[in-house]
Amino acid sequence: MQIKESSTVYDVCIVGSGAGGGMAAKTLSEAGAKVALLEAGPMFDSAQGDMFKWPYQSPRRGAGTHRPFGEFDAAFGGWDIKGEPYTRVAGTQFDWFRSRMLGGRTNHWGRISLRFGEKDFKRKSVDGLGDDWPISYTDIKPYYDRIDKMIGVFGVNHDRSLGLDNEPDGHFLPPPKPRAYELLVKKACDQLDVPVVPSRLSILTRPVGKRAACHYCSQCNRGCSTHSNFSSPSVLIPPALETGNVTLITNAMAREVLTDDEGLATGVSYISKDDNMEYVVKAKAVVLAASACETARLMLNSKSSRHPNGLGNSSGMVGKYLMDSTGGDLGGIFPQMMDGIPYNEDGVGGMHMYMPWWIDNQKAKLDFPRGYHIEIWGGRSMPSYGFAGGIQGYNGWFTEGGGGERPEGGGGYGAQLKNDYRRFYGASVGFSGRGEPVALESNYCEIDPGVVDQWGIPVLRFNYVWSDYEILQAKHMQDTFEEIIHTMGGRLLWNKAGKESNYGLHAPGRIIHEVGVARMGKDAKKAPVNEYCQAFDCKNLFVADGASFVSMADKNPTWTILALSLRTSEYIIDQKKKGNI
Amino acid sequence: MEKPKNGMDRRTSLKYMGGGAAALASLTWVACESPEQVAENPEHQHAVREDYELSEADQKLMEQEFFNEHEMQTVTVLANLIIPADDRSGNAEEAGVPEFIEFMMKDQPWHQTGMRGGLRWLDIESLRQFEQTFVSCSEQQQKQLLDQIAYPKSAKPEMSQGVNFFNNFRDFVATGFFTSKIGIEDLQYIGNTANNWQGSPPEVLQKLGVSYDDVDGYEFA
Ligand SMILES: Cc1cc2nc3c(=O)[nH]c(=O)nc-3n(C[C@H](O)[C@H](O)[C@H](O)COP(=O)(O)OP(=O)(O)OC[C@H]3O[C@@H](n4cnc5c(N)ncnc54)[C@H](O)[C@@H]3O)c2cc1C
Ligand code: SF4
Repeated sequence: MQIKESSTVYDVCIVGSGAGGGMAAKTLSEAGAKVALLEAGPMFDSAQGDMFKWPYQSPRRGAGTHRPFGEFDAAFGGWDIKGEPYTRVAGTQFDWFRSRMLGGRTNHWGRISLRFGEKDFKRKSVDGLGDDWPISYTDIKPYYDRIDKMIGVFGVNHDRSLGLDNEPDGHFLPPPKPRAYELLVKKACDQLDVPVVPSRLSILTRPVGKRAACHYCSQCNRGCSTHSNFSSPSVLIPPALETGNVTLITNAMAREVLTDDEGLATGVSYISKDDNMEYVVKAKAVVLAASACETARLMLNSKSSRHPNGLGNSSGMVGKYLMDSTGGDLGGIFPQMMDGIPYNEDGVGGMHMYMPWWIDNQKAKLDFPRGYHIEIWGGRSMPSYGFAGGIQGYNGWFTEGGGGERPEGGGGYGAQLKNDYRRFYGASVGFSGRGEPVALESNYCEIDPGVVDQWGIPVLRFNYVWSDYEILQAKHMQDTFEEIIHTMGGRLLWNKAGKESNYGLHAPGRIIHEVGVARMGKDAKKAPVNEYCQAFDCKNLFVADGASFVSMADKNPTWTILALSLRTSEYIIDQKKKGNI
Repeated sequence: MEKPKNGMDRRTSLKYMGGGAAALASLTWVACESPEQVAENPEHQHAVREDYELSEADQKLMEQEFFNEHEMQTVTVLANLIIPADDRSGNAEEAGVPEFIEFMMKDQPWHQTGMRGGLRWLDIESLRQFEQTFVSCSEQQQKQLLDQIAYPKSAKPEMSQGVNFFNNFRDFVATGFFTSKIGIEDLQYIGNTANNWQGSPPEVLQKLGVSYDDVDGYEFA
């Protein structure tokens, strides 16, 4: 088989065009670098998404047969991709979500855009577990500030009296007014001393640059026809392409990073899904941003005599300290919301209010470390596949006022049932906790010695087990949600999860916040990359996705991925100017 | 009964599905606009695609048949008993529920056995009690049978398989009906359109006993 190699030598080859890769492509190309951007998926522009479609325009009414979040979701990919398997060590769990498209998972993410706080970089100093980052909040603050302004995010700076001392200030567009049911949540939580504050989402409530303000259609997960929310192909890729310095190669699945006798990166080999041929892109530096685990996979698969354990892996730590956020949910149904008044409750595609982690674990003597924030969902959203499923479980509850005559218990059919559907529509509100796991060396991904994907690339094998830290945190979530639901005057929509199910803790990978597999550190023996995400063993190799995280805050990772990618990209420019790489 | 082949009034394009999605020629930018302009003229900036086409794969699924004629009749009768017409909207059949269920059996084949077996269970039970199949029974007899399986809490233990089938079937009917045009209108869902969110109206706030005074420390968009 022939390998096609072009004579062009790019300044940088970036693998992946999501949050991390998109930011690197923009920053480096605007500085004048000639960039080759490899993306395993096809082109995508959210202006071509499925906004304003109705479920009845499809024979499956939007069912998620081929896409985990429904037919109209802007995701190509999911937890299972044909021809691209991964494996797990027996008795352990990890579900790996991948998007294969320009912009990766930024096309349909939740757009919850939170900065890590001062404590989030120094957790070991706070509770003795895991490791501190080699950088502090002050190092990354200027990058967060610039990203807020460049991309646009709504929210507020928090009143110090709320006790939210680990939620840094930012540069925010005004948030949308809360929905009525979100005020109901706030009213209950005020009694419980749980602060409910405006959310921070990267959705424009005012125009920014060439991008229009949001028109409140609530369909963010389908993309956004006016580019009013953040995705890499709406915000980062176009300016990168406009520089004329970027060669974008889509449908290009990177196989490995190539190195020379000195052990330095010389480029990347890839398979083109268009013609099934093997190619090589030559570059003076390589930035891996293929999503954390895929970045680890590329490093581990890039073996040579100088790098027998994989590229940048003399520490043996590539793949280790894998983390995903913890997650637990509980929903309630509220009699005061039944027989609701019809109105357009859509708002932005996401919650308008949320609850940041509000407790000091030490002072409150909690039996678990770290915390979680609470996301709110519910109300009169667009009816979709799965509408009112399992109504027999709750429609027997509130029979007064229009409930009508019915035999004992729930369920039924006919006029009574049809009316129940109407009465209960929009009357539920749910809570999702998203929290911090503790980084453990025993949670890892590695190359499976026996399995390859359809292109012959060795695949990842995962080994992840939740510890008691996370399980006890999930218990706290369930108790808190129950308390909020009852204080609001509602009933639980389904049973609270108990010990036998780890208190409803989702399997690792289900919250889709994978980070940590090539963590940064000061010591080359303990960490693959330094504080600028530069490989200790290969000075022209960088990571620009979540791989470099030392710990995962309860905050969703993307704003930090963007900030670190910007910082790393500027470091590359600086090192280039100094002639160090 | 003639089995309707395609109850959809619009067809859908699943252009982006599967691996071979077409590459888009270019990335587009949209001119910047203030929220006021958006509020005044919300529609003009969107090209809502009306010309939906069924993907080839879905077309193929459409052409296959899962239910035989008798089963399709049973599905239709049962669905209409679950969601009958009233003064606010039509019945399940008018919302295209039977065609939707037929499609789902092919789209998600793991439902097939439970569905086919459940319909059979219904007929056997109907023969046992009324000496004829479910569709041949009078409406009163049909309801008499449903009363034995539609209320899980009070159903007899020996009816548990019927209860289980009916729970699943009811869920299919609910999705089929309330994601249809008439079902969405019936629910009075108003949205999926461009607008300018200014908060919930006073009557809604009042109903829930909340007020924007509770958040008056914030400046909202
Ligand atoms: C449903 C959902 C909701 C989410 N909600 C939030 C949220 O609210 N807030 C938040 O902060 N985060 C959220 N996330 C997570 C967020 O999407 C990710 O943190 C973020 O996109 C990660 O950026 P990335 O650049 O590392 O990876 P990605 O955005 O996944 O981009 C990686 C890119 O690399 C490409 N690629 C992979 N392998 C190769 C290869 N071998 N060769 C070439 N290209 C390759 C992929 O095709 C992809 O385009 C959510 C994710 C999902 C799926
Ligand atoms: S809610 Fe706003 S940002 Fe989201 S898709 Fe609609 S217009 Fe775009």
